[in-house]
Amino acid sequence: MSDLIERFLAGERRALSRILTRVENGTPEGREYLRQLYPRSGRAHTIGITGGAGSGKSSLTGSLAAELRRRGHEVGVIAVDPSSPFTQGAILGDRIRMQDLVLDPGVFVRSMASRGALGGLAPTIDDVVAVMDAFGFPYVFIETVGAGQDEVEIAGTALTTVLVNNPGTGDDIQALKAGIIEIADVLVVNKADRPGADVLVSQLRALLSLAPSEGRDIPILSTVATTGDGVPELVDAIDEHRAWLDSSGELERHRRQEARHQVLSVAQRILLEQIRRETSEETLGDLVGQVAGRSLDPHTAAEQLVEQGQAV
Amino acid sequence: MTASPETPAQGETGQKIRVLIAKPGLDGHDRGAKIVARALRDGGCEVIYTGIRQTPQMIAEAALQEDVDVVGLSILSGAHLELFPRIVEELRSRGLDDVVLFCGGIIPEEDTEALEAMGFSAIFRPGTNTRDIVSFVYDNASSE
Repeated sequence: MSDLIERFLAGERRALSRILTRVENGTPEGREYLRQLYPRSGRAHTIGITGGAGSGKSSLTGSLAAELRRRGHEVGVIAVDPSSPFTQGAILGDRIRMQDLVLDPGVFVRSMASRGALGGLAPTIDDVVAVMDAFGFPYVFIETVGAGQDEVEIAGTALTTVLVNNPGTGDDIQALKAGIIEIADVLVVNKADRPGADVLVSQLRALLSLAPSEGRDIPILSTVATTGDGVPELVDAIDEHRAWLDSSGELERHRRQEARHQVLSVAQRILLEQIRRETSEETLGDLVGQVAGRSLDPHTAAEQLVEQGQAV
Repeated sequence: MTASPETPAQGETGQKIRVLIAKPGLDGHDRGAKIVARALRDGGCEVIYTGIRQTPQMIAEAALQEDVDVVGLSILSGAHLELFPRIVEELRSRGLDDVVLFCGGIIPEEDTEALEAMGFSAIFRPGTNTRDIVSFVYDNASSE
């Protein structure tokens, strides 16, 4: 067993940090660490915090972590911010809202860039979550990039998805058409000290009454993340959702579905990498040129690419 | 792996240079730090920015949790000879002795030697072209 794994298992945070980097980067070394640590994961309650840019996800995550610390639990946080589509660089600023937690040895905050992934998370997010889980944090928060209407990947990655809304950010039609509301296990109206909070709560309640019930009522909670108002109640609601997952058999279903999704998406990536490896730049450039010139359609070009990749 | 700003910072296996930009002490404004953070982002780095009024322990702890390759400190208050040695000490006590250090802000010429002795590889003063900072990071950081 490598030295780093030994130190990880002994609870050394520096070892956790270094393993996270390698796993995030998907290096062969990182995959080996994941292979060894994966059987130790699956114990944490993983909680997704999603919502629009500026809705207060980071502040709320910080307040939730602080409340769980008061209750005696250790907390891991993974905060995702967007990468630039042009330079692939990123500014990761979620820690700014979690200052009070920095020196707490029971909290570990890791920032991740989205690195081109669609859906509000990062390409290797599930692997990074598994490592945090394997380290032994009973609660692991995953904060998505600012999500709008369709960033729903978090519902697979996390056991409990919390959707953060704010008063004054659009009428109820916005909420009605948004796919993201369908993935929420717990709804939050944050910045509830602002005008319009009560109206939003009743709009959300009306909206939920239209949706088919899945044997569980989705709670709507009001919070003010910056003061901590409503945060203990939100922690209770998150715990209640976990208890429901356990008692209803949903937990098993969620785990199987997520495992299936992960296996298929990694297989997809492996195949794509294989095709890229087996295809010369010249062949690819030729196909791209034909598609750009409209003499070939993208589907036919892709089929040719796949056939060539497999022929080798 | 070293790469120049012209080549993508994302290597074959997805390694990225990670940089912590931090403001120790009581400075109230952080325009310079934000400009540097933005320039490094545009250079393809992943930049963790922690905001103002960071203690040496907070900076070192953030560097540990984020597993950064480089730490850049911005200071305007004149307290660098007070604060920087404590930051270096906090980094070392956490085993982060391979992190590349640079600093910038209002730092008199006569302090250069002392800062170099502490382990700072570069000092960027007002008027620096941000491209020089990006080049410095790429030349000195080995992301893994």
